[in-house]
Amino acid sequence: MKNDTRIKIAQRIGSDIAAKHALDVDKNSRFPTEAIAALKQEKLLSALVPVELGGMGMEMTELTALCTALGQHCAATAMVFAMHHIQVACIVRHGLGSPFFRSYCQELVEKQMLIGSVTSEVGVGGDTRSSICAVEVAGDRFTLNKDATTISYGAHSDDLLITCRRDASAARSDQVMVLVRKGQFTLEQTSQWDTLGMRGTCSPGFKLTSSGSSEQIVPGAYADSSSQTMVPYSHILWAGLWLGIASDAVARAATFVRAEARRNPGVTPPTALRLAEVTNTLQLMRSNVQAVSQECEELQKSAEGNESLLTIGFALKMNNLKISTSTLMVQVVHQSLLICGIMGYKNDSKFSLGRHLRDSHSAQLMVGNDRIYAKSASMLLVYKDE
Amino acid sequence: MTIVNDIRQVLKDHARLSADTTTLAEDADLYQAGLTSHSSVNVMLALEGKFDVEFPDRMLKRGVFGSIASIRDAITELTAA
Ligand SMILES: Cc1cc2nc3c(=O)[nH]c(=O)nc-3n(C[C@H](O)[C@H](O)[C@H](O)COP(=O)(O)OP(=O)(O)OC[C@H]3O[C@@H](n4cnc5c(N)ncnc54)[C@H](O)[C@@H]3O)c2cc1C
Repeated sequence: MKNDTRIKIAQRIGSDIAAKHALDVDKNSRFPTEAIAALKQEKLLSALVPVELGGMGMEMTELTALCTALGQHCAATAMVFAMHHIQVACIVRHGLGSPFFRSYCQELVEKQMLIGSVTSEVGVGGDTRSSICAVEVAGDRFTLNKDATTISYGAHSDDLLITCRRDASAARSDQVMVLVRKGQFTLEQTSQWDTLGMRGTCSPGFKLTSSGSSEQIVPGAYADSSSQTMVPYSHILWAGLWLGIASDAVARAATFVRAEARRNPGVTPPTALRLAEVTNTLQLMRSNVQAVSQECEELQKSAEGNESLLTIGFALKMNNLKISTSTLMVQVVHQSLLICGIMGYKNDSKFSLGRHLRDSHSAQLMVGNDRIYAKSASMLLVYKDE
Repeated sequence: MTIVNDIRQVLKDHARLSADTTTLAEDADLYQAGLTSHSSVNVMLALEGKFDVEFPDRMLKRGVFGSIASIRDAITELTAA
């Protein structure tokens, strides 16, 4: 399959399926079943699996573009897609030394399991780099229980990737990841997901109990897979879908302005000036996403590059991407709303921007920006930007 | 070896480890002993002050601060120059 074909498939799933159900998904806070089924049908849930294991071996920039394509139509679909791939990336980039994870990837190609993410925990909030719960290994079996504040599509996940302490005596930051399979875990829902936006991600809190075979523990330290994979994939793929939300908002504003212009050719509508302004911000956002995505893709190609993903310089770049795109998106959607005026404010208009605005506000708290700023502030005390 | 003793002192003052830094093996994993990304920055700052060096950006990664031995190697490289 050629790359442009895969982008076209994602665009088609976005415009023909995700867009059609987006209102209902949002209104009823329900899982975007149809769009995710279509993505499975196209084997896109195993896009990151290497070709030799039957997958597409898709790289970062293309996957980012897919997230953008979906984000233009249904942010919840795009977020589920992105979150799933963040988990797959961790497995593909850190697990393939293990026969268990190699065969898991082959099964993923065949069965298109959806993988949920269990990082946040009651007591540590959004600090993904510390855990209270610990995996307890006895012989070749483990047990793992976690009180999770938020598990997106938890009730719709086949499998779950969970962060936890390496063992019961380990420090909070000495973590590993564990993959638990359907049938090996139970989830007891502890809260509701009636939110301002991103309603279709269906992300309430759950108490998780699980057990399985110790080969399901992802090899290596989460500290490394977090810097080299979880954080870059999260921030880049999220930024990619946020770009999708922002570009659809601008597309609506642009359609609105063009319609105004057609009514009175020869007179540039005053809103065109504001459109010029918002496209400027959108371009800033797009350039940032594309540049960082491209850079990360290149770095992943060599051992030396992969090593540099562990540096403070790279971590700062990831933090900056997340903070800037999550902030700019809200600005872009807000400016687009002002352009469309009351037609953007109405929920039943084709220029409606309410859902975009509500969805976009999730980005700055999905790992709180101040938490990220605090980490950057600390790193900048030693970073020299040579 | 005095570099190692100075490193142990810096770890004692800034790393907030659960283990005793005076007896910790030189190759013991400091992250497993409780070093976090936040406390590691304080360790870097204190080492820069103590040895009057600046860690170049290429050295600012977990591995370099992962054990007393790897910190010693980094400092030795910087002070030899
Ligand atoms: C749409 C959506 C989907 C999600 N899906 C998942 C999922 O699938 N799995 C999962 O595990 N989690 C998920 N999360 C949770 C998310 O990753 C964070 O854990 C959560 O949003 C943070 O929760 P909090 O705001 O209560 O906590 P905190 O992180 O405790 O933050 C609370 C406030 O304190 C500030 N703050 C905290 N620490 C500091 C600091 N050191 N310095 C300065 N300010 C600080 C923050 O900026 C914020 O303003 C999702 C969140 C959203 C919005």
